[in-house]
Amino acid sequence: MLATDLIYSIAGVALFALGLRAALLHRTLLGRILAINICGAGIFLVFVALGYRGPDLVPDAVPHALVLTGIVVAVSATALALALGRRLREAGDE
Amino acid sequence: MIEFIAMLIIMIGISFFAAGSIGLLRLPDLYTRLHALTKADNLGLGLIVVGLAMISGSLLMTMKLLLIWILVLAGSAASAHLIAQQALRREQN
Amino acid sequence: MVVYLWNLLDLVLAGLVVALGWAAVASADLKRGIVLFIAFGLLLAIIWARLNAPDLALAEAAIGAGLSGALLLAALRDEPHTGDVIGFTRGPVAWATTVLSLVVAGTVAWALLHAHAAADPIRLADKVTVHLEHSGVSNPVTAVLLNYRAYDTLLELAVLLAAALGIMAVGPARPAYKPAGPLFGALVYWLVPLLIVIGGYLLWVGAHAPGGAFQAGALLAAAAVMLRLGGNPAAGLPGPVAQRWLLVCGVAVFISVGLLVTVGGHAFLQYPHGWSGMLILLIEIAATLAIATTLALAYVGGTTPASQGTLSEQQIKNHRASD
Repeated sequence: MLATDLIYSIAGVALFALGLRAALLHRTLLGRILAINICGAGIFLVFVALGYRGPDLVPDAVPHALVLTGIVVAVSATALALALGRRLREAGDE
Repeated sequence: MIEFIAMLIIMIGISFFAAGSIGLLRLPDLYTRLHALTKADNLGLGLIVVGLAMISGSLLMTMKLLLIWILVLAGSAASAHLIAQQALRREQN
Repeated sequence: MVVYLWNLLDLVLAGLVVALGWAAVASADLKRGIVLFIAFGLLLAIIWARLNAPDLALAEAAIGAGLSGALLLAALRDEPHTGDVIGFTRGPVAWATTVLSLVVAGTVAWALLHAHAAADPIRLADKVTVHLEHSGVSNPVTAVLLNYRAYDTLLELAVLLAAALGIMAVGPARPAYKPAGPLFGALVYWLVPLLIVIGGYLLWVGAHAPGGAFQAGALLAAAAVMLRLGGNPAAGLPGPVAQRWLLVCGVAVFISVGLLVTVGGHAFLQYPHGWSGMLILLIEIAATLAIATTLALAYVGGTTPASQGTLSEQQIKNHRASD
């Protein structure tokens, strides 16, 4: 019987590896940004899985706060990357 | 007793959801798939909302669940209409 | 027996999320990949709910799935459809990268297994719960975000401001959408005020229940996205001066509060006793406005036409007179 946090931690690591491979190999900028977002989601999964204490106990709030910060920073970085990509494409440089 | 009935209603709702998903996989056309998704899934959601409202036991929670169901209905109706309109326009061109 | 059912649910959810992530990344058609990414984000929100993280579930559904997906789809709309560039690079580079990512995954998984088997160290969670009634709020995530680690949240708002400045500096907004038909127009008409009200509710309730500034800001940004999709090119954002004030107010209010409490002899951002609840609410209001404006600006994609300055009436008359 596997512990819950172990199942989700391994899933998070798998997502991180998937995203890393696709971020290095995808040809378009949009695909790479998508892959990096999946990388980030994998890391968040590892964090929150490590903060899980049990079905009835209060979970650890510190990883939750860190991941909340991470989600917002990830979306703002994605937005900036997309704006830069659009400008690069208009300049003919992508 | 109430919990047993609520559980039964939630199970029926889940079976409607399953029917909607099977329709998504098996139906031939975009329009028929939209039918399955909006009608079957929203009815399933409505039954699940009824079951959860019976379990929750508080009026405020029931009102919130009802609001969620109405919002999902509105959203899925509008998006199904938009998808079908776009597909029809693409076919005619 | 019940534990095994929970484990089965966890295995199914974890397997599904990895499969969805793989499908989102491995599809050659980018639109399909982005839609699968939105589904991935929603499944991740369910997993957060399973792991007793309701604040994260709210934020992931609104920001991670909704807003990120909308941003990617809007960027896809600008991209010209070049069929030959899409896809992965093949060949020995691909094999080397696969081996590299497998090695990285294996190392991290081994480290996690060892950390899981190790004895329980001193945990920060105990300190959080012990001091929770003095922090001014009763939701532990809000307490960590805006009291114990307020400095991190200040820097996060600064990162948002930097991203907004970068987006505004790079160029004008994306082309607008045509005005909505009757059905979608009615949806926008009903949903935008509802989203604003629910955003305000989430901001208020974040002190004692799942919610808070980030989720409220994301809902307001969702209202802006709906307005833009309904045909409003400025996505409901105010004029240029007001936009800049809104963008800056998050960091500005945070730093001002932090400096003001030093007048009474405390350290930077060390709230005095009895004032924490009110100060946290003040900071959260400013943070909500800043987050909503930044995310709406990110969706619009640059400076909106109104904020680039329009010709005044006199300038138009002068222009016509000189013909």
